[in-house]
Amino acid sequence: MDRFAWASGLLEINETLVIQQRGLRLYDGEEKVKFDTGVLLLSTHRLIWRDLKNHECCIAIPLSQIVFIEEQAAGIGKSAKIVVHLHPAPSNKEPGPFQSSKYSYIKLSFKEHGQIEFYRRLSEEMTQRRWENMPVFQTVQINRGPQAGRIRAVGIVGIERKLEEKRKETDKNISEAKEMVELSKSIANKIKEKQGDITEDETIRFKSYLLSMGIANPVTRETYGSGTHYHMQLAKQLAGILQAPLEERGGIMSLTEVYCLVNRARGLELLSPEDLVNACKMLVALKLPLRLRLFDSGVMVIELQSHNEEEMVASALETVSEKGSLTAEEFAKLVGMSVLLAKERLLLAEKMGHLCRDDSVEGLRFYPNLFMTQS
Amino acid sequence: MHRRGVGAGAIAKRKLAEAKYKERGTVLAEDQLAQMSKQLDMFKTNLEEFASKHKQEIRKNPQFRVQFQDMCATIGVDPLASGKGFWSEMLGVGDFYYELGVQIVEVCLALKHRNGGLITLEELHQQVLKGRGKFAQHVSQDDLIRAIKKLKVLGSGFGIIPVGGTYLIQSVPAELNMDHTVVLQLAEKKGYVTVSEIKSSLKWEMERAKHVLEHLLKEGMAWLDTQAPGESQYWLPALFTELYSQEITPEEAKEALP
Repeated sequence: MDRFAWASGLLEINETLVIQQRGLRLYDGEEKVKFDTGVLLLSTHRLIWRDLKNHECCIAIPLSQIVFIEEQAAGIGKSAKIVVHLHPAPSNKEPGPFQSSKYSYIKLSFKEHGQIEFYRRLSEEMTQRRWENMPVFQTVQINRGPQAGRIRAVGIVGIERKLEEKRKETDKNISEAKEMVELSKSIANKIKEKQGDITEDETIRFKSYLLSMGIANPVTRETYGSGTHYHMQLAKQLAGILQAPLEERGGIMSLTEVYCLVNRARGLELLSPEDLVNACKMLVALKLPLRLRLFDSGVMVIELQSHNEEEMVASALETVSEKGSLTAEEFAKLVGMSVLLAKERLLLAEKMGHLCRDDSVEGLRFYPNLFMTQS
Repeated sequence: MHRRGVGAGAIAKRKLAEAKYKERGTVLAEDQLAQMSKQLDMFKTNLEEFASKHKQEIRKNPQFRVQFQDMCATIGVDPLASGKGFWSEMLGVGDFYYELGVQIVEVCLALKHRNGGLITLEELHQQVLKGRGKFAQHVSQDDLIRAIKKLKVLGSGFGIIPVGGTYLIQSVPAELNMDHTVVLQLAEKKGYVTVSEIKSSLKWEMERAKHVLEHLLKEGMAWLDTQAPGESQYWLPALFTELYSQEITPEEAKEALP
């Protein structure tokens, strides 16, 4: 491990990234070292390791230092590894994490797999030895002093640096998020197994944490399903907003229509489809004057409580009888409904035995069920 | 703060429980919850910092959006799950996709009379871009797919069907099983398909081929051309916009049906 030098992790001009892999732990010979969770990058010139948690911590070794490499298969409880045998460190090597080492090899441990591809690429680079053909130019070093690692880069390297920064920051956020996902899984399990005695209130708090993180919620309670306080508030708001539009549309609207209507009205801070569904699921529990209804076809609608689809079926039957027969499109046009809902009503009428279908290439047509009325 | 009970007895009991749990290496869920709360606050602060620098990037750069989404997916976080999520609130990722969802629904509804509720991703993309106007943020096909995946939750039959090198987007709750899908894929090459082609390519019996084609006709997703030389051709209007792009009114569409 004494062949490594501190690095900025930025690629030089003429140096290209070949492959990178997360979840790498380093060994000095047979011994684990503190570099236990990081990203390993293979470029045309170097192997670079960067700590996942602390992005400032970055070390690199030139590929020219490598004598040969071999694979070490995974075992029970042990990750697969690549053993990298090294030349002795040159005397003009830049400072690194270790001054000396009793080993002349290191191991790369792939805790999150990826060793097969990495080995292949590393072997390729070792064969091609591209670093010999493409000398790297040192970037301008303006900021001397204790922070010799900081380079004020220009041009392409400047852009690469911005991308690196962005990637670092995103990586940081993502790895924090990852920790929280793990933590939330653990908590969710405990709730399920009733360990630690969590109250209803705390469960709701937990669910709102999940909501803000965008983690799928495995905890459902009978009263409020996957809802949280946010969804409760939302449900009450929806009841207010949708009353008039529902009345204009005969008391029933598809959930997709509701989604469009509400979001068009909001303009900003829009609802996600899931937010809408979760809020609507709470309408009945909260005793609001609307409800969510699921048809057999999977179509979901919002109905006024006062709306009775079964009664509407009776009037649908009248309409169909008057015309002899109707398709969903024709019925929709007559009554002034969307085709989607018109079809659902006719299907419901059929389910209740009032209508019969004629299913042909010309489309689905409904007739009054004469088998019922004229026996 | 949750109170389990007062009195020395309750306190002693709790200490005993904690000790037992610690002994076995497990931690009370309550403690974890407190830990999570703290971590969440820290995360929120870091994300705010990140957002202040990269919010514009997310809005403007489809490529960055893809990378961002992929990273979230690998750890099991869905940044689009809720408008109330951190990702939405701070990065504005949510509004972008939810609004796109609305635009997709509207385009599909407007064209349904013509194509029966099936449309290629390309055509959808074109129409959405047209609707958004030239000053709006750019939208990629990947963006559309993500928005559509979210729309599925609403139950109105949104589906994504891979055909050829692209996708057909379904926007009506018609049942399309694997037989239908594979015929759609077969038709993608020329925009139409015949019974003989199905029989020879897929090695199906006549009955099966006809059954599938009739279903597509019924749903309005296929049109029958009985005047084609040789045998009848089943055309998919979803696929022939590039060949015959004209606006067709609902009345014209009705006349075109058998």
